[in-house]
Amino acid sequence: MTKQYTPGTHPDLPPPTRTRGPIAWMRLNLFSSPLNALLTILSVWLLWLIVPGIMEWIALDSIWTASDRKDCWAQMNEPRDGACWAFIKSSFQLFLFGWYPEDLRWRPMLCFLLFLIAVVGILKDDLPGKRYWLWYAVAFPFIATWLLIGGFGLTPVPTTKFGGILLTLIVGIASLSFSLPIGILLALGRRSKLPALRTVCVLFIEFIRGVPLITLLFVASTMLMYFLPPGSTFDILMRVLIMVTLFASAYIAEVVRGGLQGLSSGQYEAADSLGLNYWRAHQLIILPQALKISIPGIINTFIGAFKDSTLVIIIGMMDILGLGRARLNDPEWLGLAPELYIFVSLFFFICCFSMARYSLSLEKRLATEHKQ
Amino acid sequence: MTSNRNKSRSLVLRLWRHQESRAVIIQILTMIAIFALIALIAQNVVVNLAAVGKEFSFGFLLWPAAYDITFSPFIEYTNQSTHLRAAAVGALNTLLVALLGIIAASILGFTLGILRLSRNWLVSRIVYVFIEFVRNVPILIHILAIYSMIVVLLPPAKKSYGLPDGIFFLSNRGFYVPSPIFEAGASIVGIIFVLAVISAIIFRQWAKRVQNQTGRIYPVFWISVAIVVGATGIAFLATGMPLSWDIPALKGFNFKGGMALKPEFLALWLALSYYTACFIAEIVRAGILAVNSGQTEAAHAIGLRHNRTLQLVVIPQALRVIVPPLCSQYLNLTKNSSLAIAIGYMDITATIGGISLMQTGKEMETMLIVMGFYLVISLIISAFMNWFNRRIKLTER
Repeated sequence: MTKQYTPGTHPDLPPPTRTRGPIAWMRLNLFSSPLNALLTILSVWLLWLIVPGIMEWIALDSIWTASDRKDCWAQMNEPRDGACWAFIKSSFQLFLFGWYPEDLRWRPMLCFLLFLIAVVGILKDDLPGKRYWLWYAVAFPFIATWLLIGGFGLTPVPTTKFGGILLTLIVGIASLSFSLPIGILLALGRRSKLPALRTVCVLFIEFIRGVPLITLLFVASTMLMYFLPPGSTFDILMRVLIMVTLFASAYIAEVVRGGLQGLSSGQYEAADSLGLNYWRAHQLIILPQALKISIPGIINTFIGAFKDSTLVIIIGMMDILGLGRARLNDPEWLGLAPELYIFVSLFFFICCFSMARYSLSLEKRLATEHKQ
Repeated sequence: MTSNRNKSRSLVLRLWRHQESRAVIIQILTMIAIFALIALIAQNVVVNLAAVGKEFSFGFLLWPAAYDITFSPFIEYTNQSTHLRAAAVGALNTLLVALLGIIAASILGFTLGILRLSRNWLVSRIVYVFIEFVRNVPILIHILAIYSMIVVLLPPAKKSYGLPDGIFFLSNRGFYVPSPIFEAGASIVGIIFVLAVISAIIFRQWAKRVQNQTGRIYPVFWISVAIVVGATGIAFLATGMPLSWDIPALKGFNFKGGMALKPEFLALWLALSYYTACFIAEIVRAGILAVNSGQTEAAHAIGLRHNRTLQLVVIPQALRVIVPPLCSQYLNLTKNSSLAIAIGYMDITATIGGISLMQTGKEMETMLIVMGFYLVISLIISAFMNWFNRRIKLTER
């Protein structure tokens, strides 16, 4: 039975518990239960153990100018006390361009600029003359090939001189731009009503998805020569690009197929009832919707393909990772593995994380559009 | 004559305009193109192989391999063994690291996924940073970095870390753990363990039937544990404890005895596990978030406690979302294990697809074996996952 008060005699209630401010926030988010309190204390302890040491090693005690590792270590209290970023700094040009001739390095740089313009052209929706931007994006890989390899008025550069981040980006971007159209065709083939066509596409996709990329790269480096007409030679970079592209396109095909399956059959029927043939229906009605749904998946596949481009070091190509590992055997910088791996990881992290964030924001934007 | 040509053209046109006949024409043309391509490639292969004096045969599998494999825990291997045996060792090593990797990645992945959903802000943030960092760096860098950390940063065998000292040893030679020695009678314990597991499964089914018929609930989990642990424990004691441990000990520059997890194996296993675990964590998180919160509320409303809600309502529904992408992560882990070749762990790609290929020059045959092996594993894992997926599928009435 609750106690009855006559009006005016009720004692003051205790003030409500805090719901705002740092203390309330901590109570709610860090110490809401004994288990959570324990977890919080454990995490703080873990951070305390790890973070200060790493920070000191990476930033506070690091050395940025030195001629070799001995010199680096001489500047520290004791060897390996801090990171020796002088190693990365001294090889930075090499890491960027590989052995690309120094007086021609404006070409890869121009390529990169053109690439950025193409990316902006594709991603921004509200650009005037969107059509021309898209045509430019389609033409970009060919312009880039001409700029990088040369010929037709430019000094030719053999592909064996490519290396470092330049090579990583070439493998990543090439597989990215050619695998999308091939992947879309494969996805359409897999959903085709024609059994022969469908079987071929299914076999191809499942075969590629069933084997590791590294075996395909071995095929490219050791076996592909046997498949070609006798006497023909084929650049190793080209062979690798073909394999990486085929690999990525099989995965993209599956993503696009998911997008196609996500459309209701009413869309196909509507297209049919308008009297559109197969290609017009796909061009105008099916693909724009299916691709929109599958954009996040496609970007995820691109991220995967970009990360997989590191595998080319196993068949002896010198991308950023391969070149870095070669530098590790240099007597001047012998054994500075942690510095190298942190640098290379950071490069990949920045590229892949920004792509992932973009995909996430796109997903959110598309989701709200669907919700209306 | 002109009328004749017109007629024949119109026949082709008519066939082309008719939907069904066009489908047949397209398919015939596709098949012709594909077979022409295959024939062209086959002919090129024959000509090219003849030009370098090679022939296509698997006879080389019986030649002595003449290289060493340092890590062969299951079958005997010396450098006098055949290439076939080297391939078998490699296949088993791949399966070993893939299986252990899948187990570790699942446990770690589910833990990370649940921690990521924790209401504790700090924990969820730390896990988020870890997951994002690991996911966005190529697996090859993880493998190489872990390997170089083990080889460069860990102390030599003489100064190895003991965890606890005297039983486990962690050094740049690898991780040494005691290995079990089974004595007479151990097989009886093993048989009784298997029997106990089987009877526990039968008990579970019986308890489920009883619950369906009468609504009575037994503490199934604890009784099954009691059956398995109790029966095995009693058998173990009754046969006179037929198990002892071979503890590794430092002799000279390296350890003798015990079981050695070599640096290559450790690095590959660790990197594959935590890399895949981060993907699994995101899958688990998405799966749990996909279960409508109304389901939890409904379960609470009909009086289920928190644990039972999770067990009976949330997890079964989340699993439906989780299993298909989980399956492809398991496949990815198995395929990524082929990166072993970068650090010299002798899996199938490194043995038959690496050294045997280089020694015999049989590119075609060795790559066929390696690809066939991975294809078979992929098919088995997807078949299993399809079966599992069907089992937990929503039964719509």
